[in-house]
Amino acid sequence: MTEASLVGLLEATVSFGALLYLAALGEMVAEKAGILNLGVEGMMAMGAVTGFVVALHSGDPWVALLAAVAAGAAVGLLHGFFTVVLGAEQVVSGLSLTILGLGLSAYLGRGSVGRPAGAELVGVDWGPLTDLPWAGPVLFGQSPLVYLAVVAGFATWFVLWRTRLGLAVRAAGESASTADAAGHSVAGIRLAAVAVGGGLAGAAGAYLTLSLTPQWVEGVVAGRGWIAVALVIFGAWRPGRVAIGALLFGLTLALKTRLQTFGVDFSPILLSMLPYLLTVGVLVVISIRSRNRPSPSPAALGIAYRREER
Amino acid sequence: MRRRIAGLLAVVLSLTLVAAACGSDEEDATKAAFIFVGPVGDAGWTYAHDQGRQAAAAETGVETAFVEAVPEGTADFGNHVRDFIDQGFNVIFGTSFGYMDDMEALAGEFPDVVFDHISGYKANGTNFGNTFGRMYEPRYLSGMVAGSATSSNLIGYVAAFPIPEVIRGINAFTLGAQEINPDVQVEVVWTSTWFDPVVEGDSAQAMLDKGADVIAMHQDSTAAGEKAEAAGARWVAYNSDMSAHAPAAHLTAPVWDWGPRYVEVIEQAMAGTYEGGYFWGSMADGTVDLAPIAADVDASVVAAVAERKQQIIDGSFHPFQGPINAQDGSVLVAAGETMADGDMLGIGVFVEGVIGSAG
Repeated sequence: MTEASLVGLLEATVSFGALLYLAALGEMVAEKAGILNLGVEGMMAMGAVTGFVVALHSGDPWVALLAAVAAGAAVGLLHGFFTVVLGAEQVVSGLSLTILGLGLSAYLGRGSVGRPAGAELVGVDWGPLTDLPWAGPVLFGQSPLVYLAVVAGFATWFVLWRTRLGLAVRAAGESASTADAAGHSVAGIRLAAVAVGGGLAGAAGAYLTLSLTPQWVEGVVAGRGWIAVALVIFGAWRPGRVAIGALLFGLTLALKTRLQTFGVDFSPILLSMLPYLLTVGVLVVISIRSRNRPSPSPAALGIAYRREER
Repeated sequence: MRRRIAGLLAVVLSLTLVAAACGSDEEDATKAAFIFVGPVGDAGWTYAHDQGRQAAAAETGVETAFVEAVPEGTADFGNHVRDFIDQGFNVIFGTSFGYMDDMEALAGEFPDVVFDHISGYKANGTNFGNTFGRMYEPRYLSGMVAGSATSSNLIGYVAAFPIPEVIRGINAFTLGAQEINPDVQVEVVWTSTWFDPVVEGDSAQAMLDKGADVIAMHQDSTAAGEKAEAAGARWVAYNSDMSAHAPAAHLTAPVWDWGPRYVEVIEQAMAGTYEGGYFWGSMADGTVDLAPIAADVDASVVAAVAERKQQIIDGSFHPFQGPINAQDGSVLVAAGETMADGDMLGIGVFVEGVIGSAG
């Protein structure tokens, strides 16, 4: 294995890790407020197609990114409408959202399949830092969305654990009636959280079509939204642990084809299963530990809240 | 969802066509329907088939229709075929390997309908036939161009699955590259997918990181080419001319031209002479070809490629003529011999000079 190959592996690990982190962070925010959204795959697809199509017509990657975030947030709000306003079953609504997002994105992207990108979010040049050996390409030559993911991670931690707003969000996810009694609008908090979550998933989708592989094809998300859902559990609903998990899962994505070029004969299909196997492993650990201490999952996760039904 | 959309479209399509059919009494007119595995805008495999469909429609004047993105191994395929037959379509093309057994069964059920299957290995001698192309011919030529373009002598080959069609292509490409550049090595990365741009792009990137300066591929998206373009490397595309996606990197591409074969099948169906046999198209009949070679490739290489192309067409040269050694150094084809079609169709080993595992 050459040095360039190893640098490339780390570079891809950070890149894939940030992709998963953006989506997982969004899912984490929604779940902390008590809304399970299994529509990550669909929201990413909508972000991916919106980003690509808007880039095609506007030529501006930042406008395209904003549009992708808005599209993801809009689909997220749709989930919010069903689950918060109407009190529908969250699992069913989320799964419908995935199917809807995949279908609608395929439909909206029909005219854009196979077309060269209108605009791309290219790697940020940090000047002398980018020229450093190892750290340069791995940390300082990445897409702007990688740095956005880092900023989003810190911001999420700060808001959720260091502000009154964050306390209200977590209260909505742990005990909605308590949050309600404290004078917070549970519905408002949950709608906002699911919209933020959708926006981050939309950004992850745009990362695919504006940065990673600037092209649109149906199914470009290819199950990576599901890895993000698993990642939230793996990271025990904590931004830092989710970040570590994102890098670990990113490494498995980067290794999938690279192992062959390192001369290791290991099935890429088995490697693709690794994120899910790790998540199942973490679930087992959580359930064993929760016999004598509380589970890290938000207590009111997945439960619709109606004031009169307390 | 896309299945549902496709299904809905088929229903709408069938209603409009039923409505249209009620107004006319052309019961016997030949009509050709195409079932595509991917979207027609994929710039690759399905795009090439749709170009062929349009060419055939223009040349024969028959009515054609298609459904796209029909998954393999589900009831969808049969449902679409029955819809089309209900609407009076009597020539059915299926463009993916996985449709084979369904087509065989349907051909037995509808003996008056011609079923032509692309890329499989079955036929029934009457109304179910097989069409494919000797893609290894232009792959050999594209290898010659790639061999001349590498200075690191390492070419990365991003490939989908280790099946004979793909292995045959890698072998032909490698032999072509070695003709121009005896020191060249071709390293294969398996992606385990026909169509996942992220994985395809990252596989190309892994080879670029390893020092490859030319990327070839047996995939349906353009992602590998875009990574080559960004790295200042070169790229041999596949399926159709993809030079717009990576103008600086694009060297050439082995390409399909399905139009002539589709015309032939439709005309045979009209004349009642379709026999349901095996058709393996070649550069001689135009089913496969090499896309234009990049302008900066040395004129002597372009001339050598043109000469080999002519020799392959007239039969005086065969990409798999001996002596050829297998990857492990054993003799694959002895001097003075040429690999038989049957051996080529079932090839499961790499030739010498390929790095990677064929199984």
